[in-house]
Amino acid sequence: MVAAPVVTAAAAGSGAPALAWLAELAGAPLPTRRQEDWRFTDLTALAAIPVGVAAPAAGRALDPWAELNLPAGVTRLTGTAAEAQLGTALAASGCDQHWPVLLNGGARPALLVLKVEGDAGSLELPLPVSAGEGVAAWRLLLVLEPGARLELLQVPAPAPGQRQLLSLVSEVVLGEGARLQLGCLAQGHNHAALLHHLAVRQASASELQATLVSSGWGLARHEPRVVQEQGAARTRLLGLQRVDGRQLADTHSFVRFDGPDGELDQLHKAVADGSGRSVFNGAVQVPRLAQRTNAAQLSRTLLLSDRARIDTKPELEIVADDVKCAHGATVSQLQSEELFYLRSRGIDATTAAGLLQRAFCHEVLRELPAAAHRHDPMTALLGAA
Amino acid sequence: MSAVIRPDAPVLLEIRDLHASVENQPILKGVNLTIRAGEIHAVMGRNGSGKSTLSKVLAGHPAYTVTAGSVFYRGENLLDLDPEQRSRIGLFLGFQYPVEIPGVSNLEFLRVATNARRKERGDEELDTFAFEDVVRERLSVVQMDPAFLDRSVNEGFSGGEKKRNEILQMALLEPVVAILDETDSGLDIDALRIVAGGVNQLSSPDNATLLITHYQRLLDLITPDAVHVMAAGRILRSGGKELALELERSGYDWVDAELARLDGEAERQPLEVA
Repeated sequence: MVAAPVVTAAAAGSGAPALAWLAELAGAPLPTRRQEDWRFTDLTALAAIPVGVAAPAAGRALDPWAELNLPAGVTRLTGTAAEAQLGTALAASGCDQHWPVLLNGGARPALLVLKVEGDAGSLELPLPVSAGEGVAAWRLLLVLEPGARLELLQVPAPAPGQRQLLSLVSEVVLGEGARLQLGCLAQGHNHAALLHHLAVRQASASELQATLVSSGWGLARHEPRVVQEQGAARTRLLGLQRVDGRQLADTHSFVRFDGPDGELDQLHKAVADGSGRSVFNGAVQVPRLAQRTNAAQLSRTLLLSDRARIDTKPELEIVADDVKCAHGATVSQLQSEELFYLRSRGIDATTAAGLLQRAFCHEVLRELPAAAHRHDPMTALLGAA
Repeated sequence: MSAVIRPDAPVLLEIRDLHASVENQPILKGVNLTIRAGEIHAVMGRNGSGKSTLSKVLAGHPAYTVTAGSVFYRGENLLDLDPEQRSRIGLFLGFQYPVEIPGVSNLEFLRVATNARRKERGDEELDTFAFEDVVRERLSVVQMDPAFLDRSVNEGFSGGEKKRNEILQMALLEPVVAILDETDSGLDIDALRIVAGGVNQLSSPDNATLLITHYQRLLDLITPDAVHVMAAGRILRSGGKELALELERSGYDWVDAELARLDGEAERQPLEVA
């Protein structure tokens, strides 16, 4: 691999006026490509974001969720009750000092803390953003009581044509036997950037399915981070990112088992076209106490252009000896036999390639919460067929 | 080489001295075959004889390069056309291994394919509702359960279901020349009867079928007008349906002798010249 040109600390920090304000907002200099976690993702692209805080569009006063209708079983916590649990999942999963999290804290995020009891059904959480340029930040904490169930959909989207950096930090605490199906359908545009952290603490017998889908962002970075605090829980992570033009999408996932008998099933897919870049790094930690862990991770990339670039890496640290940990990565072009089959039925090469891309994406999109269908995720991702 | 069976019928497919290679490896070494309207031809031969290559070359598979010879389809140079264009004007290849395409609905796939052919013929394209009527009526040709329409293309289909889906596509596309590549492979006798029954129903005096097969058993159910034996990339012998029966009895051993004789001739020739 060619050594990446390194952005100097000066350029990324105080030396570049266009980025200095972001460093100031975060209270820390921007990460550089000298840092292993940012080797392939150059945040100097954020220099294009104008100085400013594009506050989330407020429903009433400064609270964008003032008029949110919550399903039965979901209550909004405020004040000290809310603050008591903030930050625990970030700390447990080791990302409370990550730069995107610090930036989120500094950008005066709109804050929502929800407690979930019983079977709460489904909730689509709007993330409205005003038309101004600059940074818009949300901070979400979900606490699922033991046995609670929820389907949650988030659809972060920048204001059309506006140079915005969206910062989303979600924390989730899953009690014993709780089940969360979370979907994030993030459709951006070339002038917008997304920094997304999802930190989850799972108690035993809890189940998490998180499906993160993004496309079209100038820059998008997802960091789903999960800790099974006693093991014996189930985690399913699904990802799909699509890049075209000069876009960059990066997913850095992290899963740690702090007890035995945990399960992880992870599928990350990427479609890279144009001169786009796609990065995936999948960290899985199985310490000695996490015996009988069963983890499977698969990264699959569809490379549609010879100018596109893929960097994909599993990062397994396995100390326990009685475990099953499978991982794999494939990078392929459209399968010529599939293309030929479609063409032999009179379907032109372009349409056939489109159908196969849809098929590739379908495997992840179908795992989004049912509420996502309203947003026609396939069209959002690939455009009209 | 080919027997003329219906001398007055129009020629649909004319293959002349066809040579083709894959990855610079010559596979077809001079195939000649003429197919007229209303005829059913069978090409038989052992594995590696070139019969599947012939079907792929005719359908336009990009991995194969035609190095010499010509193929005319109703007077038009077939080799100039993209695979999709060949399909639209009425050439159909039933695949030996139909491809599974998870995530693409079978119904939608069939509709897009059918409309591509209809458009070429100047027929009105069908919307989802109109197409459902058409496809449901055609399902009976292969006795297929409508549930297969709602699944992904060939995904998780058994071997027999995949082949039925191929014949369903043939029923919808109404090809002029259908090439069925080892349609009988992997089928139990019931599935074979259904598939063969479908092919028989779709045969008419205006179209033609080229069956590529390993075994005689398909030819018990679909009676060919001509049988051709392929070996080492060419057609070694042609005859009527009795040739298939003869192969069933005596196997392909004579092919080796015949090839050895031909090779001997080829080797001797330079000597004679010298």
